[in-house]
Amino acid sequence: MVHVSATPVLALRGVSKRFGAVQALTDVELEVHAGEVVALVGDNGAGKSTLVKTIAGVHPIDDGSIEWEGRSVQIDKPHDAQHLGIATVYQDLALCDNIDVVGNLFLGRELKRRGVLNEVEMERRSRELLNTLSIRIPSVRIPIASLSGGQRQTVAIARSMLGEPKLVILDEPTAALGVEQTAQVLDLVERLRERGLAVMLISHNMADVKAVADKVAVLRLGRNNGVFDVKSTSQEEIISAITGATDNAVTRRAARHGEAQK
Amino acid sequence: MSTEKTTTTVAPSAENPEAAAAAAPVVDPRLLVREQGFAGYIGEFKRRMRAGDLGSVPVIVGLIVIWAIFSSINSRFLTAENLSNISVAMVGTGMIAVGIVFVLLLGEIDLSVGSVSGVAGAFSAVLAVNHGQSEWVALIAAIVTGIVIGIIHGFFFARIGAPAFAVTLAGLLFWQGLMLQILGDDGTINLDNDGLIAHLTSYYFSDVAAAYGLALVAVVVFFLSSFLDSRRRHAAGVPSRPLSDIVLRTAVLAVVAFAAAIMFNQYKGLPLALVIFLAVLVLTDFTLRRTSYGRKVFALGGSVEASRRAGINVIRVRISVYAIAGGFAALGGLFLASKIQAANQGAGTGDLLMNAIAAAVIGGTSLFGGRGRTWNALLGVMVITSIQYGLALQGIATPIQYMITGAVLLATVCIDSITRRTQRTAGRA
Repeated sequence: MVHVSATPVLALRGVSKRFGAVQALTDVELEVHAGEVVALVGDNGAGKSTLVKTIAGVHPIDDGSIEWEGRSVQIDKPHDAQHLGIATVYQDLALCDNIDVVGNLFLGRELKRRGVLNEVEMERRSRELLNTLSIRIPSVRIPIASLSGGQRQTVAIARSMLGEPKLVILDEPTAALGVEQTAQVLDLVERLRERGLAVMLISHNMADVKAVADKVAVLRLGRNNGVFDVKSTSQEEIISAITGATDNAVTRRAARHGEAQK
Repeated sequence: MSTEKTTTTVAPSAENPEAAAAAAPVVDPRLLVREQGFAGYIGEFKRRMRAGDLGSVPVIVGLIVIWAIFSSINSRFLTAENLSNISVAMVGTGMIAVGIVFVLLLGEIDLSVGSVSGVAGAFSAVLAVNHGQSEWVALIAAIVTGIVIGIIHGFFFARIGAPAFAVTLAGLLFWQGLMLQILGDDGTINLDNDGLIAHLTSYYFSDVAAAYGLALVAVVVFFLSSFLDSRRRHAAGVPSRPLSDIVLRTAVLAVVAFAAAIMFNQYKGLPLALVIFLAVLVLTDFTLRRTSYGRKVFALGGSVEASRRAGINVIRVRISVYAIAGGFAALGGLFLASKIQAANQGAGTGDLLMNAIAAAVIGGTSLFGGRGRTWNALLGVMVITSIQYGLALQGIATPIQYMITGAVLLATVCIDSITRRTQRTAGRA
């Protein structure tokens, strides 16, 4: 286990978000430390995507505060988040199929030499980056269209690394991937952690979560429904937190008995 | 449960890539590495053909077939005079096609370029002849007019969000009306035979050294830039083109360039129009492939959403592309006016628009966006102009010309669609 810093890289304090008549997030608390993978899980409509978008600056928060390395910050637009060092890899990868891997990695921040694209330096850095992340793709000069889904995902994640972020948010990175490809992406998540980055992983897949995450934060109906340590928690406990199965007749009776015995 | 399985499968595969990466850091075993030497070219070529990565091959084959057919019908077709005339006549449509390539790269269309070229020709003629301005002023004013018209189209498409098809269709009608208005009742304004605009297509560098010199410069510059680029790549430790490859490419270019030079020198010499066209092609190709602006244009053709998230100003790039299309339409219009040494009511109408779009598409620019080069416009317009001149030599009338050009366009679009499908199954689109 990598050393975990005392001050969280990112901390959400009582964050709330409303869309018209819908209270999407209510008093959400969340902490992510450097060198830590926090999985964010929850059922459909639990508010995972909304939470990610508030951190990424797509939707500004209504109430509460966001702390970045201990300081309170305002994230009003995507640029603010990028400026702080938050990189978000969305589910739809946002890569250009017709452009090669190097071009996609550097899209929007091309290296130039005397006003002309410095293809040589971009290619060299791309190889370096992909090598340090142990990402294996056939060639950095083939169009993205030639890559498999898993390879595309790793390219998208590698691309977020070029901005030297401190927090990487991955939205469903293994959805729609095969076994081997999922393994590749999970390897990459572990390597991000080894490099001391904070990682937030949104996933539906409990196996993935158990494999790489250190902590699991559960959202249910826009509220926190517990933060669990992955090692000491069973999958059933997490799933019941997600579905709200803890709140049933049996648990209520158990709770009443507990109170009665006190 | 499955948790255990996943963790155990993750662990060894986490070890393996690192070990493999240490042994062979760059080359993936699945990558088809090209063999060295001549056999390698053939193998690579065959593989690319099968994968639907046809590039310029169909149009080059098509051009050879067309030339073979026409020269077998009429021995005058493959003469220096005819080929030289073709290469001057094609420049007007070719310039417009260069602008169309930019628009097609976005995956959009510009239907107004024919009318815009007519407006530009008429505007320059009115300025130069009726108002006595210098022809330089008229020429620049016409090009600026084209750019402004393009910006207007781009504004309605990119900012207002109207479909480009509809905006430029409206433009087609509007600008044609403006052209007729500018020309007034007479309908035709004759240009000065010895003026700058007339010289655009009538001037030839008659000194034989001009054609040979240009061919030599092209070959030397091509070789040096490829060689230096290869050396830089080698020094940086990324894969570079082998010297044999560069020499082979240079040799092919040299054969084509000097053959053309000999041909031009047998007639009047190197045409100025062609020199300007080649300069435009070199410049636009460089812009598209070597600058970050060009990268943005390709990115928009690939995925608008990805471009937006990468911080590309989508609206600005779209407007600029329409401005470029308008500017080249105007420049093309000047060459067309220069050819007939007049601005008349028929300018920019008829099959001009279709020929310009066909030239871009026939050359290999995809209608679906994100694929193509401006050099495609040269190849495409050569095909179209060759058909026109070949049929004209036989005295075949315009109706038949239209039908044949239409059939060629249909064939090309089919090739584009089929290669796209093949590319998708081969994982390249």
